Amino acid sequence: MSLLQIVLRSLRQHLLSTVITAFSIALASGLLMSVWVVKDQARENFTGVDSGFDGVFGARGSKLQLVLNSIFHLEASPGNLSWEQYGQIAADRRVATAVPIAVGDNYQGYRIVGVTTNLFNVEYREGKKYAVSNGYLFNPEKKQAVVGSFAAERLGLKVGDTFHPYHGLFFDENKQHSETYVVSGIMESSNTPSDRVIWIPIAGLQNMAGHNAETATDVSAVLVQLRGKSSGMMMNQEFNLQGDVMTFAWPIADTMSKLFNKIAPVEMVLRAVALLVALVAAGSILASIYNSMNERRREIAILRALGARRLTIFSVVVLEACGIAALGALAGFGVYFVIMSIAAWIIRQETGIVLSPLEFQPVMTWAPLAMLGLGALAGLVPAAKAYRTDVAENLTPIS
Amino acid sequence: MLLNIENLIKSYGTPDGFAQTVVDVSEFSLAAEQQTALCGTSGTGKTTFLNLIAGILQPDSGRIELDGSPISAASEAGRDRLRARTIGYIFQTFNLLHGYSCTENVLLGMSFGPGADRRRARGLLERMGLGQRLDHLPSQLSTGQQQRVAVARALANRPKLVLADEPTGNLDPASSAESLGLIRETCEENGAALLLVSHDRDVLGQFDDVRDLAEINRAAACPSAMEARP
Repeated sequence: MSLLQIVLRSLRQHLLSTVITAFSIALASGLLMSVWVVKDQARENFTGVDSGFDGVFGARGSKLQLVLNSIFHLEASPGNLSWEQYGQIAADRRVATAVPIAVGDNYQGYRIVGVTTNLFNVEYREGKKYAVSNGYLFNPEKKQAVVGSFAAERLGLKVGDTFHPYHGLFFDENKQHSETYVVSGIMESSNTPSDRVIWIPIAGLQNMAGHNAETATDVSAVLVQLRGKSSGMMMNQEFNLQGDVMTFAWPIADTMSKLFNKIAPVEMVLRAVALLVALVAAGSILASIYNSMNERRREIAILRALGARRLTIFSVVVLEACGIAALGALAGFGVYFVIMSIAAWIIRQETGIVLSPLEFQPVMTWAPLAMLGLGALAGLVPAAKAYRTDVAENLTPIS
Repeated sequence: MLLNIENLIKSYGTPDGFAQTVVDVSEFSLAAEQQTALCGTSGTGKTTFLNLIAGILQPDSGRIELDGSPISAASEAGRDRLRARTIGYIFQTFNLLHGYSCTENVLLGMSFGPGADRRRARGLLERMGLGQRLDHLPSQLSTGQQQRVAVARALANRPKLVLADEPTGNLDPASSAESLGLIRETCEENGAALLLVSHDRDVLGQFDDVRDLAEINRAAACPSAMEARP
């Protein structure tokens, strides 16, 4: 019998402890990969999403809040800009496109965003524009809405359905507006936060019954495409450093990067916990094999009596630990997929950001290899005990 | 001679700091294909003597030469190699591995030496009358059948010397006689010498060459002899 056959037989002989230990390795490996992938893909997606715009203008305040509100549709608006200010931005020669948005209403918790139709001419990704897959774009003069694909799916809305908007960003059934909107179209999925939004004409949102008449022409933010990078630098200087009326969040990715840099210590703690779990799992291999050594002393002595060398016995035990780690690492992909599927669903539900669990990440190589290495290291201690097993003492009683 | 032993001494330390000599053999030899029985009762150092010959234990002094190789002077790895290729060992308690089938137990007997040969393993088991039990686990066999698997395993590596330590000690008289006959026949068929240790008169009576271990092993003649550690 080959060394490998002896190892496999030993694993089968101790099937229960092999399965339990491999399961703990699978959990550790799956968790390790999930933590890394969620962190990396979340950062990549949040800093990569700019919806096709270079920057965002909003009321004086936090750039992060402005970006989260206008690009990710997550936060409350930091304040309003007047229609004149929007006009001033749109007329600026450094601005190629200016799209005003107004927020403040929802339907069943999904945001209703008032916007002008030029949003639909912007490429949110190279060669990709927001498009209506079913129905048609809203008429700015009518109470019509186009619904993001994810929102439509969750709300069960289809073309021709009607709904009443609710006041505020959070759903409160007592705050229903009297206006009735008709779904004119369903958006094509863009895998961006826009999929969670219900788009209506900006004038419709501004003039919704119950809204303050004095701010009826205000906008929550203005999304801009610039004519060049130098324009962004000049406008940053002009509006953020010298001015005190508006905030210009530019570049959008930098703003999000700062957020991730701020929460970096939390990420580090998460990673440390995942690594700790991996170490504990490796410890479980050590404990499981080490504890079985007493009952296996006779078996080892018999193998030695048949001519097996100490190093052979040592290798069998280390390979056994590696085998358990390999089984666990393999099953870890299943655990990873389950964790990631749940995490991706929650993140998409809450933010509209789409994670790709099946996309290859370096951690998918090094985490299983690390578990294998830790398994081998964990096997060294029981292997040393097996190595030292006295043959004559454990074979038969000395007469 | 296949086996030559000269001035062999092996002692064990006692808990109170003394060394107790359990093997003290000035001379012993065995020719190739010779079958010899050693008469030894409990406490005569018979297992230690066989373990020294097998290279499982290292003597304190003296010389053991097996098939021209000085096993007593070899490194532990060298002794392991020699045991794997030259020696078959039948234990009183059989020492089969319980998670392995009959065939696999026999295959283990050759795995560390000449290499596993499934056909030979099957042939040996069939010769032992276990052709219908090839895939059975030891726990599914009778004591006599387990003993026959142990014999097949001892012969698996085509040894030049088979050591048998009370091989029939756990069998009833009828099975014992049948089993002993089988051991002797198969050793002869495979060209292996046999050195068997037993205290059973019926077993010893079947051998032409019977030697008293108490006469060979001076320590056995005076088992309580103690000497202070240097």
